[in-house]
Amino acid sequence: MTQVETDRILAVFLATGAERVQADILQPAEVLLDLYGEDIRSRAYVTHDPLRGEMMLRPDFTVPVVQRHMAENAEPAMYTYAGPVFRAQQEDTGRPTEYNQVGFEVFDRADPAGVEARVFAVFHGILAPLGCRASMGDIGLLMAAIDGLSTTDARKAALKRHVWRPHRFADLLKRFAAPVRQVAKPLGGPHIGVRSGSDVSARHQMLEDEAKLNPIAKGEIELLENLLAVQGPLEDALADLGLMANDFPALDSAVQRLADRVAALDAAGVPLADLDFAAGYGLTSMEYYDGFVFGFSSAGGDTVASGGRYDALTRVLGQGRDVPAVGGVIRPELTAQLAGDVA
Amino acid sequence: MIKLGVPSKGRLMGDTFSWFGKRGITLSKAGSDREYVGKVDGIEGVELVLLSAGEIPRELAAGRIHLGVTGTDMVHEKLSLWDRHVAPVVEMGFGNADLILAVPACWTDVTTLHDLDAVAARFRRDHGYRLRIATKYHRLTRGFLRDFGVADYQLVDSQGATEGVVKNETAEAIADITSTGSTLRANHLRILEDGLILQSQATVWRSLAADVDVSEVVDRLV
Repeated sequence: MTQVETDRILAVFLATGAERVQADILQPAEVLLDLYGEDIRSRAYVTHDPLRGEMMLRPDFTVPVVQRHMAENAEPAMYTYAGPVFRAQQEDTGRPTEYNQVGFEVFDRADPAGVEARVFAVFHGILAPLGCRASMGDIGLLMAAIDGLSTTDARKAALKRHVWRPHRFADLLKRFAAPVRQVAKPLGGPHIGVRSGSDVSARHQMLEDEAKLNPIAKGEIELLENLLAVQGPLEDALADLGLMANDFPALDSAVQRLADRVAALDAAGVPLADLDFAAGYGLTSMEYYDGFVFGFSSAGGDTVASGGRYDALTRVLGQGRDVPAVGGVIRPELTAQLAGDVA
Repeated sequence: MIKLGVPSKGRLMGDTFSWFGKRGITLSKAGSDREYVGKVDGIEGVELVLLSAGEIPRELAAGRIHLGVTGTDMVHEKLSLWDRHVAPVVEMGFGNADLILAVPACWTDVTTLHDLDAVAARFRRDHGYRLRIATKYHRLTRGFLRDFGVADYQLVDSQGATEGVVKNETAEAIADITSTGSTLRANHLRILEDGLILQSQATVWRSLAADVDVSEVVDRLV
């Protein structure tokens, strides 16, 4: 049943002109660790190859597909793929550890809003008839708001580094909104280790400079909190964000990008009334989506599909070279079940 | 027959033997001191199984032993969802040790996890690899750092002499067990102010997988 459903979804992706690609199940662990951090170890199966060292059972296809694209260098490009992915579950014993994904990825520099709408429309065409509800967000809005804060680049960089860890992000924001707490310097010791004495004094200097900074203004913190609280039907959310940008011009271009995307979705024939928007959507998923994000969920609450823009990931994997990329995956086991329910 | 798992070596074994002794249960090694066969006097129907402290959680979870003595650290590190597999019976008041995160004392700019995270970001930029934390407590350390939100670090495995890794330049920080902190100080390391990962002590555990009634033994212990 899953195979039939997989083939059905693949056929839709292939009909857009996408090329079918394959990826190895065993992926070098180092690349995934550098990208996602140590935490991926608790979510992926790690194994060892006597010659190639630490390997992981692929937790998704994104990394191998991007690597393949970078190596081939042909643009624009569209790919589709299907196969099992593996996710270790540390706590939730009810979640599957091996399941299928059918994916669709588009690498295209031209017309970002148009590409995003095109990708979304394909997913919507498959999933809306199954009764799935679409949600979307835009991590670019939060990034733009951070850029617009009246504070130092170092503090902005610290906040951006943690947008995917909402709890730590909130901690940092609280810290930066208060006067810097002066800490007594602990007793030192002889120099040991790789981190040099001048690294330590450089950071002391930085901490001293930071102590002289003004806290981030209360109004700006509220603005950030209000932004993250934006949630509701897409067109209402866009209107709210437009008003917010009046008070906070740093949001202008990000809100404009969202407006362009909404127009492109409309032009692609997606009924806008079907769509929910939440500014905080997608912030807790794997940290590579950095703009438009979307997901589809079933009436039962399962996430059936997810995707988005991940330019930052291509930048890391491309070592400086970046390719604008938008894509997503569907879980055929879940859609097969929904198709059965609909029929 | 109730199988009681006890650490097979060192101080933990000795302290366990005398703790049981105070409760009228005499545990001893049968035959020579090198033999790993145990003997139980003062209670009927209990068999002594001598094991490495690190293997006791797994044996309890599998129900191959019914009661076992080991540290909280071992149970939390070795068993996912530990409280579905074992239940604490009684804390024994010895084997106290803290699992902590420590950095070189010369890092006078780093006293908290927040500092460590900031330094990790910078370290990766400067050196091209993620800041290394040496430990044998991978799960506990990773969970602790995830809960706080430290990024850009990597765990490197260290099964012993962990306090020496910074000097040897194979790691930048450590997560390890300490009781008095003197080994840390001797190796020029300092515990972070908010670097306490877990407080551990020797504990008697009951297997939740075993279908053996241990209540009579438990009554003698608590």
